[in-house]
Amino acid sequence: MSQAKHRLRVPRPKTGAIELLIGTRKGAFFLHSDAERKEWTLKRSAFIGHVIHHLVQDPRERRVVLATDRTGHLGPTIQRSEDGGKSWRESSKPPAFEPAAEGLFQRRVGHVFWLTPCPVGPKGVWYAGTSPQGLFRSRDGGKTWKAVSGFNNHPMLDTWTGGEKDGTPDGPKLHSILIDPRDADHLYVGMSGGGVFESENGGRTWAPLNQGCAADFIPGATDRLEYGHDPHHVGFAPTNPDRLWQQNHCGIYRMDRDEGRWHRVGENMPEEIGDIGFPIVLHPRDPDTVWVFPMDGSTVWPRTSPGGRPAVYRTRDAGESWERQDRGFPKEHAWWTVKRQCMAQDAHDPLGLYLGTTNGEVWASRNEGRSWRCIARHLPHIYSVEVAGVVQ
Amino acid sequence: MIVHLPSALHDYTAGQTCVEAQGATLGELLGDLDRRFPGMRFRLVDELLQVRRHIKLFVEGVPCEDLDLPLAGAREVHIVCALSGG
Repeated sequence: MSQAKHRLRVPRPKTGAIELLIGTRKGAFFLHSDAERKEWTLKRSAFIGHVIHHLVQDPRERRVVLATDRTGHLGPTIQRSEDGGKSWRESSKPPAFEPAAEGLFQRRVGHVFWLTPCPVGPKGVWYAGTSPQGLFRSRDGGKTWKAVSGFNNHPMLDTWTGGEKDGTPDGPKLHSILIDPRDADHLYVGMSGGGVFESENGGRTWAPLNQGCAADFIPGATDRLEYGHDPHHVGFAPTNPDRLWQQNHCGIYRMDRDEGRWHRVGENMPEEIGDIGFPIVLHPRDPDTVWVFPMDGSTVWPRTSPGGRPAVYRTRDAGESWERQDRGFPKEHAWWTVKRQCMAQDAHDPLGLYLGTTNGEVWASRNEGRSWRCIARHLPHIYSVEVAGVVQ
Repeated sequence: MIVHLPSALHDYTAGQTCVEAQGATLGELLGDLDRRFPGMRFRLVDELLQVRRHIKLFVEGVPCEDLDLPLAGAREVHIVCALSGG
């Protein structure tokens, strides 16, 4: 880092009704709460039969919602709404790779996997991450997209990402696009596979940020390996963006950016549960409080709740200790997976937590994870859950 | 010429199952479709101008993946979603 950056003021808790934007293998769904977050109504659906990996509202222009879209047959695109999801129009120039620089593999967008609206600077700037790994930017609210050439044509990209066998089962992905709320040019991305990378100049140049992180699937890898890792989900504390967290293929990690080294705080999880999983959720007001949803990463990687008993784990001391939160969840024979984009938090006090499962259920907690309730079921396989402000 | 469209593309054409389009080659024909129905071509053909894995194109009943194929004399093109998926 060129210079230390200041911490951000702790935001005032939000109140009132919220909306959950749910992307699934077979469409997009909009779930509304009442002001107390007690009653939930499935208000609307869109794109039934389409694969919606991510459905995201622009928090600065709440009527704008973007959805990644593909179908079993048709190629990938991005849909955009300017009325909170009531009507949609396709991007006129969706993400597509430009001709590869000499020596680089020519990529083709299989699907758009991740969307991040820029929280600072000019409005209407969005980033998209694709499978295979690519980074794209829109400066007009998602209408047109251009490759971030400093990333997509970086001479090391193929080396960082490896080949087809180094990705996830349905294709390697670029995800976890993080934009520093103090500086729109300061970016982080995660790649499965590839690792965590950082740019301090709006994506023109990039550097790996993986020191201290394990990659035990690479023979001979040490914790000094620079790239090739598998972060499943990366985030930073909203009030302290210099504290990074990741749920990695090889455990739960925390980094204080000034130090620049990951520490495996997942080693403090109960041994019988382990520290493998997909999502990681950060408290909007407390940089020491984080939730994860562990999964079974043993033998053939079942990716199910350990023992068929779903539970969230929370730390309130930056990973020194973890507590199990499972009240309300089934006590046995619940073989869920919660994917990396499928766990989210609101900004109320007490905080609300939400998760979507591979068997189409949405679960909610109004008390920071102490108890859970199923608020929707019978949806398709859930790919993402995001919290949004209600648009009238 | 007449282009027959699969149901997956009917959202682009307000429900029309076939449309008129022009082009000296198959690629130009897809370009003409994209001008009239923005976004349609990229759903069918990727950035390397290769027909997507689950899409099939037929010119006068003959399967074709070569976008440089001349269409002189052709009257019908079918765009078909391949039998795949679940």
